[in-house]
Amino acid sequence: MILNQFLVIAAALFSLGVYGLIVRRNAVMILLAVELMLNAVNINLIAFEAVIRSSQAVGQIFTIFIITVAAAEVGIGLAIVIMIFRNRQSANVDDFNLMKF
Amino acid sequence: MSDLRVLAAEGPMNLTEGGFFAEWAGIMLVLPFVAFLLIVFFGKRLKNLGAEFAIGAMAINAVWATVLLVQNMTAGVFREVNFEIASIGMFEGRSLIFELGWVVDGLSIMMYFVVSFVGLLVFIYAVGYMKGDVRVTWFFASLSLFAGAMLVLVGAPNLIQLIIGWEGVGLASYLLIGHYWEKKENSSAAMKAFYTNKVADVGLILGAILLGLAIGDFSFAAINEAAANHAEPLEAVAFAGGLLLFFGAMGKSAQFPLHIWLPDAMAGPTPVSALMHAATMVTAGIYLMARTFPVYQNLVGGEAAREWMIPIGVITLFAMGLLALVADDIKKVLAYSTVSQLGYMMTAVAVGGYTAGLFHLFTHAFFKALLFLGAGSVIHAVHSNNMSDMGGLRKEMPRTFWTFVIGSLSLAGIIPLAGFFSKDEILATLDYEGYQAFMWIAIAGAFVTAFYMTRAVSLTFFGTYKGHGHPHESPALMTVPLVALAVPSVFAGFLNIPGVEFGRFGNFTTWVGARVVPMGDHHPAAIDWTLAAYGLTAGLLGIGLGWMMFGRDADTQLARDRVEIPVLYPLLREKYYMDHVALGLVGFTKGPAAKAVNWINTYVIDGVVNGVGASMGVLGRFVYSGLDQRGVDMVFNGASAAADAAGSALRKLQTGRVQQYAMGFVAGALVLVLAVAVFN
Amino acid sequence: MSFESWISEPINWVYLVFGAVVLVSGFRVVTTQNVVRAALYLVATLGGTAALFLMLSAEFVAWTLVLVYIGAVVVLFLFGTMITRAPMVRDVGLDTPKARPVAAGLSLILFLTLSYTTMTAFGSREIVQVGEGTDTRILGEALLGRFVLPFEIVGFILLAALVGGVTLARRDLTPKEEEERSSV
Repeated sequence: MILNQFLVIAAALFSLGVYGLIVRRNAVMILLAVELMLNAVNINLIAFEAVIRSSQAVGQIFTIFIITVAAAEVGIGLAIVIMIFRNRQSANVDDFNLMKF
Repeated sequence: MSDLRVLAAEGPMNLTEGGFFAEWAGIMLVLPFVAFLLIVFFGKRLKNLGAEFAIGAMAINAVWATVLLVQNMTAGVFREVNFEIASIGMFEGRSLIFELGWVVDGLSIMMYFVVSFVGLLVFIYAVGYMKGDVRVTWFFASLSLFAGAMLVLVGAPNLIQLIIGWEGVGLASYLLIGHYWEKKENSSAAMKAFYTNKVADVGLILGAILLGLAIGDFSFAAINEAAANHAEPLEAVAFAGGLLLFFGAMGKSAQFPLHIWLPDAMAGPTPVSALMHAATMVTAGIYLMARTFPVYQNLVGGEAAREWMIPIGVITLFAMGLLALVADDIKKVLAYSTVSQLGYMMTAVAVGGYTAGLFHLFTHAFFKALLFLGAGSVIHAVHSNNMSDMGGLRKEMPRTFWTFVIGSLSLAGIIPLAGFFSKDEILATLDYEGYQAFMWIAIAGAFVTAFYMTRAVSLTFFGTYKGHGHPHESPALMTVPLVALAVPSVFAGFLNIPGVEFGRFGNFTTWVGARVVPMGDHHPAAIDWTLAAYGLTAGLLGIGLGWMMFGRDADTQLARDRVEIPVLYPLLREKYYMDHVALGLVGFTKGPAAKAVNWINTYVIDGVVNGVGASMGVLGRFVYSGLDQRGVDMVFNGASAAADAAGSALRKLQTGRVQQYAMGFVAGALVLVLAVAVFN
Repeated sequence: MSFESWISEPINWVYLVFGAVVLVSGFRVVTTQNVVRAALYLVATLGGTAALFLMLSAEFVAWTLVLVYIGAVVVLFLFGTMITRAPMVRDVGLDTPKARPVAAGLSLILFLTLSYTTMTAFGSREIVQVGEGTDTRILGEALLGRFVLPFEIVGFILLAALVGGVTLARRDLTPKEEEERSSV
């Protein structure tokens, strides 16, 4: 096994996530795409950890942190989506442009 | 120019450690935050909805600060306590250490006292003022946060802690200005204050980095020490660093042209305005200038930076005073007056009058808090901010009337009230340092000050009542703080009569002079009565003119108020068009970024073509209508209209679609990565 | 390392299988026109990722991924799908069609850039196989020792997310309902 075979798959997964992030209209689907990107990062961390083999398994620790924070992010993200859906009867991000000044 | 040599005249400083109260002064910094938490968690269950905690913490602080003040009067106190939190890395072989702690010296003791004393009275007043209001608990929690952040700021032994307190003050002011967020303009005012301060904060942070990295230490003691010794690395960055710090101070202390947030900040409840204008927010900039005074006083670069600061202070003190002439909202009159007085303080500090600036800060805190609380009392009674709804209130509200008059006379600089002595000292400093022209502008400013305060008093308390309902005097909870503030508004000036010392207690000059790094500023041996007469005459003339125009016959008050001097009045009504300029700038900076996103999104060149076309159109329209049609006499209008049009034309390119922003973000990151990959 | 010697290692065959699973289902996550299927494809992607983690001797993290993601997060997604009443069948309105070419181009360039940089940076650096997983004891000790502060902070974030999620998603009572409740 070489390091790069994992890095490339992570890069591919990350790029797929970016594609989904841009192309999707439904907010839930955008969150799914974000999960893909986070996962790609996790693969990178674990792969590097397998090469470096730090004494305290720092790469794996950080992966665990990312998983936890991602879970929190999904919870909040979905709550926001649900709230917006309740107010606007739509989960499509191009139906709301709240960021506009 | 005064230099360190002046210091020999200051005499040796006998500094003591200050004992228990100085050693544990940090408790003052922490108490308001404890109060904040207690209010948030238990406030709603109490009878006064949490005000008890806020007032309790402030009362302890006020007692504590008073003890320190008395200690400092008898013998100068200097104590610095630092806790090392973390090492924040190395820079050029020097390790940078992040410390928190507190410094107890003349300057900070004076600020502790002002913040706690004025804060305590404002808190007590607020209990009466906010009775039955929405979100009282949260209001007192934010007030505690506000005072606590300010104490952290003034107690900071280093620039980093100062920035922490600085941002805390900004956050708390945002919360408080937007207290009535149900109305759009109130939350907009809060945003405006926050953004304007943020712009200035960039200056502060950059300046702090520049100065701190130059000597590898962020503590004021080290920076001032290096400045006093004319250290070479500090000298190299003194000009840029000094100006950047000053830029930060311009935001918090509302110096022209970053003053635009302060009048709008009147959207908050009146106690907030009182606290903000007297003690906790706008004084932060002056305090920063005083704290880093040796940088400006002893270094060649700092001296050069001061040459840029003086005109800004002078413009602020005069031009902003004029704005108070046309405001109908009584709080706005006071707000512009604050900006103008801050101009006095900044000018004083910038020309080298350390004590003069601080003394004016000290007296101003009392009479401006008094004026705001008095205005709040009136607003409470008539349920309107506008002076056109007031009038004739002196019979109904005698206590408010008399205290307000005392505050106004003090602000106008009438002998022997506090404002007279502090303003006179600024004039004397300007005279001594050789800025005669600016001194005359400051005297003219004193005339304007007296005039607009007389107008405010006349329109509010004299003539006939023009509002609805029957106004009545406010409850004792509100009038007692007024009286308590009226006392120092009258007597605080005696603390620093030139040449007068109170035996072993010395005077204000020696109190704020207690510091480790000495610096020179001018202390006149006695009052220069000629100069004082000029200032006093200007004040009396202003009062006389104001009284002639607005005071005597009640019926024509409003008619006279509406007299519009052709050129001046439109300019003043539109606040010199500063808001327009700022909005145009915002539109401009938002434009290019939004344009780039849009360009990637429509992935066609016609986006560019459209953009160029639009810009050309705007330019053409500007040239046609702004220059060709209206001519040169409408330069103000044209410039603001052009900025506005360009802003709104480019604004269309900002879509508000999150995904397009995400795309721009990814593309931008990609470009950066590619650039690194290619150029490596 | 030549391709022949690479392909001759049996573990790389396993890699190819799971890599294909990850990529194909990841591709389907962002392209399928059915919300529920997208969530299920995400399960497959995550399962494949967990398998990759196992290959890299990160057992604990792999099973955490399975439990937390597949067990909890995907269920959350399905709930979100239901509550926002997204159609459970093919839905043509799920994408912004005109954004597809840009997005595809952008992510392709991104992929090429990333792979190119990793290729040049790490070449054919090998991963030494130890044949056994990371001892969970090490992870536990690191989490509660050196990383105890981040650990606590993450716990706090989870609490905040919990409270925030409840606050955001809770429907405020209408005045009428509030009256009814207080009268009881």
